[in-house]
Amino acid sequence: MTEHSSGPSPRDLAARAQPPSPPPPAPAKARVTGAQALVHALERAGADVVFGIPGGAILPAYDPLLDSTEIRHILVRHEQGAGHAATGYAQATGRVGVCMATSGPGATNLVTPLADAYMDSVPIVAITGQVPTSLIGTDGFQEADISGITLPITKHNFLVTRAEDIARTIGEAFHVASTGRPGPVLVDIAKDAMQAMTEFHWPVPYDLPGYHPVTRPHARQVREAARLIVESKRPVLYVGGGVIKAGASAVLADLANLTGMPVITTLMARGAFPDKHPQHLGMPGMHGSVAAVGSLQRADLIIALGARFDDRVTGRLDTFAPGALVVHADIDPAEISKNRRADVPIVGDCREVITDLIAAVKAEDRKGDYEEWWQQLDQWRTKYPLGYDEFSDGSLAPQQVIRRIGEIAGPEAIYVAGVGQHQMWAAQFIDYEHPGTWINSGGLGTMGFAVPAAMGAKYGCPDKTVWAIDGDGCFQMTNQELATCAIEGIPIKVAIINNGSLGMVRQWQTLFYGERYSNTTLSGAGAASEGPRVSGEDLPPVPPSGTRIPDFVKLAEAYGCAGIRCERIDDVDRTIEQAMAINDRPVVVDFIVHKDAMVWPMVAAGTSNDDIKHARGMAPDWGGLEDE
Amino acid sequence: MSRHTLSVLVENKPGVLVRIAGLFSRRGFNIDSLAVGPTEHADLSRITIVVNCDEHPLEQVTKQLNKLINVLKIVELEPGATVERELILIKIRADMETRSKVLETVQLFRAKVVDVALDVITVEATGNRDKLDALIRMLEPFGIKELVQSGMVAIGRGSRSITDRALRPVERSA
Repeated sequence: MTEHSSGPSPRDLAARAQPPSPPPPAPAKARVTGAQALVHALERAGADVVFGIPGGAILPAYDPLLDSTEIRHILVRHEQGAGHAATGYAQATGRVGVCMATSGPGATNLVTPLADAYMDSVPIVAITGQVPTSLIGTDGFQEADISGITLPITKHNFLVTRAEDIARTIGEAFHVASTGRPGPVLVDIAKDAMQAMTEFHWPVPYDLPGYHPVTRPHARQVREAARLIVESKRPVLYVGGGVIKAGASAVLADLANLTGMPVITTLMARGAFPDKHPQHLGMPGMHGSVAAVGSLQRADLIIALGARFDDRVTGRLDTFAPGALVVHADIDPAEISKNRRADVPIVGDCREVITDLIAAVKAEDRKGDYEEWWQQLDQWRTKYPLGYDEFSDGSLAPQQVIRRIGEIAGPEAIYVAGVGQHQMWAAQFIDYEHPGTWINSGGLGTMGFAVPAAMGAKYGCPDKTVWAIDGDGCFQMTNQELATCAIEGIPIKVAIINNGSLGMVRQWQTLFYGERYSNTTLSGAGAASEGPRVSGEDLPPVPPSGTRIPDFVKLAEAYGCAGIRCERIDDVDRTIEQAMAINDRPVVVDFIVHKDAMVWPMVAAGTSNDDIKHARGMAPDWGGLEDE
Repeated sequence: MSRHTLSVLVENKPGVLVRIAGLFSRRGFNIDSLAVGPTEHADLSRITIVVNCDEHPLEQVTKQLNKLINVLKIVELEPGATVERELILIKIRADMETRSKVLETVQLFRAKVVDVALDVITVEATGNRDKLDALIRMLEPFGIKELVQSGMVAIGRGSRSITDRALRPVERSA
């Protein structure tokens, strides 16, 4: 294994202090190649790991990378894996994740992870090689206009054609990625710029005259919000991912405790507020809890903190929270009043906003009376808890598998999901007590996110257990990174919630397309008898349930991982404990689950939150506040 | 829907125009008119954009524009307090018989003849939209062979300059 590891191991890195160790004593001014300047700049900017794949145009950068004692390069199997790994690393550590790829197809393979990081505001820096300046614009071999392609899916991007601009641009890229509303930044560097000689200077003053993120909230707006809080009768704290990005969980708990307001955490904010806290109503949105969705619909005041009124949260916008005044705090002014008009707009960093809000509420010297509101909320909570059906034939309910993983691995572990039913169940049935322990693709909904993102998270937090909760559809999109994990010593654990189908799409076909299951069966079951066969009659008999082609246990073993299969409900705990005990290599557990399990509650797309169903065909009784 | 003129001060760097134009199309806006050029400061360009839209979407697109790293400042210019100009060049059919009539019209609008041939006159005119529309209407009967127009450029009246404030951060970080 040593011949593959060119830098410090994850454990060595964990032993170092966070934030990253001080820069090495490289000369402040030295004659170097552009590529050396790039590597020095990455070191000084705090990168300790780069996920990537070399190729023609980026080759000059890989040569000095071999000599770096600060940066370990993880050779992934597909550039998409590099991008998601950088995202997982950034989400788990709060630092900037870095990925690297060559020009053309290497760069275009980063498009999905960049779009993903853009939607979820994750600070990553992508470095791509570009064909030499003389070839740019000539349709050169492996040329793609990646800065043009990624314009709408990056916070900013740069095309660098001169060696002397490389170090400054890397500094700017890290600065832009990690400040204000975080986001991905791409730096495309022409090959000849990496080969030319230049002087390395650090630090380099930024040349960003148009970039001034506002972090200090406006005092008058904060006072107005505080007044509304104490005067409201039915407030709710609508907490989004911005609270985690701002490191504002502790002050959020203070604000909640001080005011007694209910709290809901969006898909991107799971873990921002402890699930066990009695004021926590759970997650709002399409698959949110009845109490959380109901709290928004019946609120007279919504305090939105680092959230963006996504359509998956609001449902049909014109029926969303009809009686509520809205205080909207966000670091990005363009989010405020984008979907729902804010009555009190506050532009600022969530930690500063909440800190100021606490002081302003204290200065009000009175408290809101939410007793009647809590009676209502508690009634919804008691009457409509999250639940699921168990199956009498001994087969696995996916929700139960996920719940047990959460209970056995505990709240200190990190959970990384793919996209679909398993993602929603993981958001619903695992209790999150700390920020940064739940990582998923929220905005873009990127299938295939889990395995590479878990790899990045595990690299960043080597002492934590990292579980990828994945689906059999998602898993087949990026599972080749298991080879990376096995070879580079990144022992993640993967739970495949294997229902043999593209479960969420199948759920929609069940509910909205008359149970016509067009192209959602991955197992072959059911589909095999229909339509002409390609290769005659001698195919193996179709297994009863779950995807068996490929055999995920054999696949795991082929990748140098441990592979375990679990098909009976009685084996679930034992299997999870077995997986927890294996720490010298990645583990893949193939949980064969019942294919008909569905995600509830559900607000159907384009309908009103008021029409939420807590189970199929079952609408909650909203009780006393219905007519207000 | 109403007409709005945005003056956008940007870094004079390659690719900035496509970032701005791309943002408009991505957010579903039609640009009525666009003019780009250098300013009194070598590092800055100024883009004048005319759009037809409602207040709320305009506010949204302005905020999105402000997020572009290369954008320094955006000002919506109020029609009453702004000087607006466009430039047109028109090639009009004018033979011996009609030439004097064409010239008469040109003079009425204080336009300028910039080229003459046996059968055509090429005229340059500047002005606001209404004036230029009127000129085109008057010349149409003679036969317009070719017409080219610039985007609108606009500047606020009075002593204030939008570059003053925007420039301060440029100097600070240099």
